[in-house]
Amino acid sequence: MAKIAILSYIKRKSPVHELTGTTKLIFFIAWSIGSMVTYDTRVLVCMMILSIAIFKISRIRIKDISVVLGLAAAFVLLNNLFVYLFAPEYGVELYESRTVLFTIAGPYTITLQQLFYHLNMTMKVFCVVPVALLFIACTDPSEFAASLASIGVSYRIGYSVSLALRYIPDVQREYHNISQAQQARGIDLSGKDKLFTRLKNSVAILLPLIMSSLNRIETVSNAMELRGFGKNKVRTWYARRPMRRNDWLAIVSVLVILTVDMVVTFWDGSRYYNPFL
Amino acid sequence: MKKLSVKSVVAIGIGAALFFVLGKLVIPSPVPNTNISLQYAVQTVFATLFGPIVGFLIGFIGHTLADATSYGPWWSWIIASGVVGLIVGFATMKMDINDGIDTKKIVRFNIAQVVAHLVAWGIVAPILDILIYSEPIEKLFAQGLMAGTANIITTGIVGTLLLVAYAKTVVKKGSLNKEN
Repeated sequence: MAKIAILSYIKRKSPVHELTGTTKLIFFIAWSIGSMVTYDTRVLVCMMILSIAIFKISRIRIKDISVVLGLAAAFVLLNNLFVYLFAPEYGVELYESRTVLFTIAGPYTITLQQLFYHLNMTMKVFCVVPVALLFIACTDPSEFAASLASIGVSYRIGYSVSLALRYIPDVQREYHNISQAQQARGIDLSGKDKLFTRLKNSVAILLPLIMSSLNRIETVSNAMELRGFGKNKVRTWYARRPMRRNDWLAIVSVLVILTVDMVVTFWDGSRYYNPFL
Repeated sequence: MKKLSVKSVVAIGIGAALFFVLGKLVIPSPVPNTNISLQYAVQTVFATLFGPIVGFLIGFIGHTLADATSYGPWWSWIIASGVVGLIVGFATMKMDINDGIDTKKIVRFNIAQVVAHLVAWGIVAPILDILIYSEPIEKLFAQGLMAGTANIITTGIVGTLLLVAYAKTVVKKGSLNKEN
């Protein structure tokens, strides 16, 4: 079977694993907001150092996530390349000064400002990546729905998410079976066929997949209905754990970080930290 | 907000799982470094069958899970994925595939999906990218145009074929005749 790089829950004993899912979800959301809002280099550097520190505490090894890290790096690299190709003078515009280092060809000069912009952009991604990966690697999927419900998301949606997590392996297996069966009948999805043929061939695989998924929806929703799902306003979760001291510590500290982040970023009225003026 | 029915809850879950799995597949396209995104064809079909909220959440949850397990979530595109399902779901709300499909319905579905992809990749994704990541406009619109066109073609061909094939499998109301 084609190997797909998927990060999943890695069970280990660490302070990060011991936090409740709710705490980790709040931490992750606050951290994402913090890194999305700011473009301040000083804040980004601090956040990056902190996220690497959290990564160390979690006892997840680089080896566990090397594939995913590689993908992230490739993604960022490609993105940087595109930005530069389309707007080689964007940094100059943003930081309102121009220091040319050298010229490659035509409009493509390398300016200090552009490099600084790329550095910030890359850091912005890499201060979320460790936290996002940790969130996936350290949160038990069965606890995830409970934590969504406890931050106020309707438990129905929380249940949808846990259903999705539950059925990903099944859907994957089914896709694999159908595609092998269709390949045996000479239906090809690889680059050897023409684009239109390939698209048409994909229907031969998708239609059985959709039909079986619709059947599955029917079965599962009937089963849930029979057990009275959705009758009450609230719902309890087997996997929910009580909040402990460390949970509150983590939540308070991420809120403090978020506040400091906002204050430092918008102190001078601009999202960017400009060392060139 | 109206409460989600049990069937919608399950449709979102399994739809998101489909979105996730199809999003991870690599089916080469003629343009290097881009893949054919079959997940949008399936998402729009589900949005047509189950409505806008299910369509939105399939895209939102499916894309978040796919991103979070590969390189960390890229929120602007995740929201855009949700918007595709939302718009297609709204536009096809009054349309019932279960009593057969005709040219009018196919045209309606396709107009809906073209508008949805244009709004999602041409407006929502670039604007959020500017707000969140402050990327240059030229790059974003070029990128949006590329992704949008590819998705419109894929959804137009694969989505339509799926919808037609699905409608044929449904037994129509009153299809039984009384024999004399």
